[in-house]
Amino acid sequence: MSEARIRWISGPVLRATTDGRFALREAVEVGPQRLLGEVVSLDGEEVIIQVYEDTTGLKPGVVIVGTGQPLAIRVGPGLLGNMFDGLLRPLAGSSSAFVTPGVAPARTGMLPFRPKVAKGDRLARGAIFGEVEGAGGRVQRCLVPPDREGEVVTVAPAGSYAEDAAVLALRDDAGATHEVAMSHLWAVRVPRPVRLRRPGAKPLVTSQRILDCLFPVAQGGKAAIPGGFGTGKTVLLEALAKGCDADVIVYLGCGERGNEMAGVLEEFPELTDPRSGRPLMERTVIIANTSNMPVAAREASIYSAVTVAEYFRDQGQHVALMADSTSRWAEALREVSGRFGELPGEGGYPAYLSSRLADFYERAAVVETLAGATGSVTVMGAISPPSGDFSEPVTSHTKRYVKAFWALDVRRAQARFYPAVNPLLSYAEDAHVFAEWWAANGNPEWVALRRKFLTLLDDQARLERMARIIGKDALPLRQQLTLFCAELVNEAFLRQSALSPIDRAASPARQSAMMRLIGRYTELAESAVNAGARLEDLAALPSYRQVLRMGEEIGEEDLEKFGALAAAVEREIGALVQEKEKRNAATTAG
Amino acid sequence: MQPRLLVEGAARKLDGPLLFLRRTLEVGLNDAVEVRGRDGRARLGRVAALDEESMTIEVLENTSGLGLAESVVRFFGEPLNFPLGPGILGRVFNGVGQVVDGGPPIAARENYRIEGMPINPFARATPRDFIETGVTAIDLMNSLVRGQKLPIFSGGGLPHDRIAVEIAGHARLRKGKGGDFAIVFAGIGVPFDTAEFFRASLEKSGALERTALFLNLASDSSTQRLLTPRFALTAAEYLAFVEGKHVLVILTDLTNYCEALREVSSSKGEIPSRKGFPGYMYSDLATLYERAGCIKGYPGTLTQLPILTMPADDIGHPIPDLTGYITEGQIVLSRDLDRRGVYPPINVLPCLSRLMKDGTGGKYTDPDHPALSSQLYAAYARAAQTRVLASVVGEEGLSAADRKYLAFGGEFEGTLVNQTSARSLDESMAVGWDLLKALPKTELTRLSDRQIAEHVEK
Ligand SMILES: Nc1ncnc2c1ncn2[C@@H]1O[C@H](COP(=O)(O)OP(=O)(O)OP(=O)(O)O)[C@@H](O)[C@H]1O
Ligand SMILES: [Mg+2]
Repeated sequence: MSEARIRWISGPVLRATTDGRFALREAVEVGPQRLLGEVVSLDGEEVIIQVYEDTTGLKPGVVIVGTGQPLAIRVGPGLLGNMFDGLLRPLAGSSSAFVTPGVAPARTGMLPFRPKVAKGDRLARGAIFGEVEGAGGRVQRCLVPPDREGEVVTVAPAGSYAEDAAVLALRDDAGATHEVAMSHLWAVRVPRPVRLRRPGAKPLVTSQRILDCLFPVAQGGKAAIPGGFGTGKTVLLEALAKGCDADVIVYLGCGERGNEMAGVLEEFPELTDPRSGRPLMERTVIIANTSNMPVAAREASIYSAVTVAEYFRDQGQHVALMADSTSRWAEALREVSGRFGELPGEGGYPAYLSSRLADFYERAAVVETLAGATGSVTVMGAISPPSGDFSEPVTSHTKRYVKAFWALDVRRAQARFYPAVNPLLSYAEDAHVFAEWWAANGNPEWVALRRKFLTLLDDQARLERMARIIGKDALPLRQQLTLFCAELVNEAFLRQSALSPIDRAASPARQSAMMRLIGRYTELAESAVNAGARLEDLAALPSYRQVLRMGEEIGEEDLEKFGALAAAVEREIGALVQEKEKRNAATTAG
Repeated sequence: MQPRLLVEGAARKLDGPLLFLRRTLEVGLNDAVEVRGRDGRARLGRVAALDEESMTIEVLENTSGLGLAESVVRFFGEPLNFPLGPGILGRVFNGVGQVVDGGPPIAARENYRIEGMPINPFARATPRDFIETGVTAIDLMNSLVRGQKLPIFSGGGLPHDRIAVEIAGHARLRKGKGGDFAIVFAGIGVPFDTAEFFRASLEKSGALERTALFLNLASDSSTQRLLTPRFALTAAEYLAFVEGKHVLVILTDLTNYCEALREVSSSKGEIPSRKGFPGYMYSDLATLYERAGCIKGYPGTLTQLPILTMPADDIGHPIPDLTGYITEGQIVLSRDLDRRGVYPPINVLPCLSRLMKDGTGGKYTDPDHPALSSQLYAAYARAAQTRVLASVVGEEGLSAADRKYLAFGGEFEGTLVNQTSARSLDESMAVGWDLLKALPKTELTRLSDRQIAEHVEK
C-alpha cells in the first residue's frame, strides 16, 4: 500500500507528498479515523486528495494510505430496501443519531443463496451464477462481476451466506483463481458495460396524467424537472417513485432535506407496490446525502446512485433513478473545483459541468445486458435554478441532454394546482413513438386527444392574454368556449394531487377513460354552443361538477363509473341542445 | 475550554479577517483559537488552512487593532465549543455564548461543538405534531408542526418582530394551554431596541424565564454574526436532545448573517457567486437550518422560526431564495397588505408549509382541514388573477362570477388574514367556511359534496 503525508489542508482538500505510487481516482484512507478520500490530481511527488468527510482536526504529517483501487462501491442483492449515504455506506445500524466521520459499519446480514451453475461451467463476464430469493418471493440474480470470467472451480451449496462471502471460485484463462461473492465492488465513475444499447420504444408509465398523456418519458429515457423552491419537484419525484412501473427504484436525495429522506423511509414500507402487492420499500434503494452532510460526498453520490441503478439493470430489471437535486450536485462540483483553484466558467461552474452532466444522463438507456437479458435505467433529475430562472447553466445544459422536460411553474404551485407542470414550457421529444403502445393498451385515440389537449392549452394562453386587454366577456363566444374547455382539461384532467388516496396514481386504463370523457365533453359543449347554449348553461348541469371532480371521486376499482358519467354528460347536454333547438325553431317560426 | 498553548510573535501577515502565522506547534484543522492584540481584547478564530510551515487563522471577530508582532494566539486544541449545563433558560448571552446578564456563569456539564453534527436521516422521526400559533394564515393555511423549520420572509419596517413574539407567546399543541415550548432567541446584528423589544415582550408574557437569549447587536462585530446562530442552536440542541424539551428557536435577522458571510468571503478573496455572496452559501445556511427536527427515541424536538428581511422586497434575492430551497416552507409578509392595515400582513399566495401534509387532517387536526385550505387557496389565487384583470378592464368588464371572486379576495384579506386577537384552529376554520358561502357551489371543486353540504350550505 502506498503512503503519503499531509502537507497542506483546507476544507475537504488535502495536498500530500509521497514517494509511493498513487493512481488518479484511487480511493484513500486518511488518518487514524480512516476518512474516505479520492485522489483527484497527481503532480510529481504531490497528490491532491478530496476527502468525503469532515476534515476537522486533521494536521500536516498525518498519514494517507492508498487502497490501490479506484473509489468503488459494493453492489449486491442486500441493497434493496435499505438506506445509504452518498458513498453507499449504510445509514442504519449506527449507534449514534448523528453522522460521525470515519469508516462506517459494514453491511451485515445473511442472504439465502441458490446456485445456478455447476463445477466446470464456463461463465462469461456479467453472467448469472445464482439467485437470492428475498421477502415476498422477489428473486434477485447474482452476477459475475463485469470484469471477471472463467471456469467454475467451486460453487457453494444452497444456504445462507454473508453478502460479501465467497460463494464461487472461477479460474480465468491465465489459470488464476478468483473468488466471487454475491456482491462485488464496482468503480462508481465507470459505466458498467453492456452488450448493446437499444432504442426506447415503450413509455415509462408514471401514473401521473400530465406526464403520461402529455409529456411521456421513455423507459430507459431521461427527464429533467426544473422548478423554483416549493414548486413540487420532490413531491413529484416521490409520486413517481411510488407509482411508476419500474421494477426497482433508486431514490437519491442529493444535498436536500433530512426530513424528506426520513419521510420516504417512513412512508414506503407502509405503501404497497400495486404490481407485486408487496411493500414499496422492497423495490427501493435510498441514497441520502443531505444538504448539511459533507459537500464532496454529495459530488460522488450521483455516481453511486447511477452505478446502483446499472447494477439492477444488469440483472435484467427496469430501474428508475430519481435524483433530487442535480443542481446541488453541480454546486458541489463548483465548490470543490474552486478549492482546487480551477478557473471558473459560466456561473462560477467549472468548464466541464456540461460534459459531466452529459456523462451522467448518458448512463440512462435500454440495454441488452452481458447476460443477454433486457434491462433499463430511466433517469429523472430535479433542477433547482436560482430564483427559478431557467436560463442558468445547469438547466440550459441539462436541456440539451434530456428528452423530456417537465418545467414546474410558480403560479400554478401558488394556486395549489398540482402537479405544477407548465404545459407550455414542458416538452417530450419521444411522444410520437408511444402511440403504438397506447393503441395496444386500449387507447387508439391517444395521439389525437393529446394533440387536442395541447392545442387547447396553447390557445388558452393566447386568449387569456387577449382577455387581459379587452375583458373576458368581450371575447367571441367561440373563444370563450375554448377557454371553458381548456379550463376543463386543467381542472378535471391535469390536476392530480399526490396527497389524494384515490387520485395519487392513475393507471393507463383510468387515464384513458378520463381522457376520452373530456375529449367527448368538448365536442358536446361545442354542439351545445352551436345550438345557442351559453357556457353558464353547461356549468349549471350537475354533470359539469361531476366531471371536474372525477379524479377525486372515481377510483381504480370502479372504472365503469366513467361510463355512467359519460352517459350522464351525453344525456344532459343532449337535452340542453334539444331544448335550445326547440326554442330556436319556435323563434324562427314566430 | 482550557487554553493549552500560547504563541507569540509568529504572525507574518494580516489581511482582513485572515491572520497568517508561522506554524510552531501541532494544531488541527478547524481548531479554535483566541487572538489577543495590544488592546488586550480576545477575539475568537479558527484554523482555516494548514501546511508544514504556516497556518491561516480566520479571525471571527473584528481584526482592527490587531498587529503582527504583539499578537498573542492561544490554541485550544479542539474545535469551537460551547460548555452547557442545566439552568440556561432565563439567561442572557452575547453572540459568542458568554453570560452577559450579570448572573453567575453556567455550571457546564459538557462541551458541545458549535458546528453540531448532521442528524443521521435514518434517525430522524417525521415531524407530525400540529402547533397552534393563533395566526389563521399560518394555522389554517400553512400549518407549522413540531420539528419544522419555517422562516418568515419579511421586509424592512414590516411587523415581523411582533408576529414572532406573538407566536412564541401563543405556541401550543392543539387544545393545549400554552407554555409548551422552551424558547431560544438569537438576535443577529439587530439594533438594541429590537433586542429590547423581544426581551420586554417575552417578559410581559411571562415567557422570559423559559427563554435563552443570544444577542449579537448591530454594534457588535459583524464577523461574530457567523457564530451567534451556531451558539444559539447548540444551546437549543442541548435543551431538546439532552434535556428533552420542545424548543422553539427564533433567529433574526438572517439577512445580517448572510451579509457577514459575504463580507468574510470577499475578504478571503473567494470567487463570488450571485450578488457577491459565496457559492457555498446554500451549504452554509443548510448547516444552520438542518439543525431542526425530531429524532427517534428522543422526547425533545427543535422547531425553527428564522426571520429574514428580503433586500428590496425581492423574493428572488439569493438570501430568501437559498433559504426557501432549504427550509420547509416560508411565511411571506407583504408591504401592500401592511399599508392597507391588514395585520398580520401575510400574503398567503407565496407562503407554503411543506410539512402541513404530515401534521393536519383527521389524525392531527380536522379531517376537512386540508381540503378547506386547498379550496381557499384556489379561490384566492383566482381572486388575485381577477384583480389583475379588473385593474385593466375595470370591474364592469368582469363576468358575474369574476365579480364574486373579486369580492371574495377582499373579504379573505379583511376578515381571514386580518385578525385582532389570536384564534384557535376551530375559530380559524369557521372563518374559512364562512367565506366560501359567497362563491358558486359548482366551482368549489376542491371540496366534496359532503363537505359543501356540511360546512358551506348549512
Ligand atoms: N403533486 C402534488 N400534490 C399535492 N401537493 C403537492 C404536489 N406537489 C407539491 N405539493 C405541495 O407543495 C409542497 C412543496 O413541494 P416540494 O417539496 O416537492 O417542492 P420542491 O420543488 O421540491 O422544492 P425545493 O426545491 O425547495 O426542494 C409540498 O410540501 C406539497 O405540500
Ligand atoms: Mg425538493
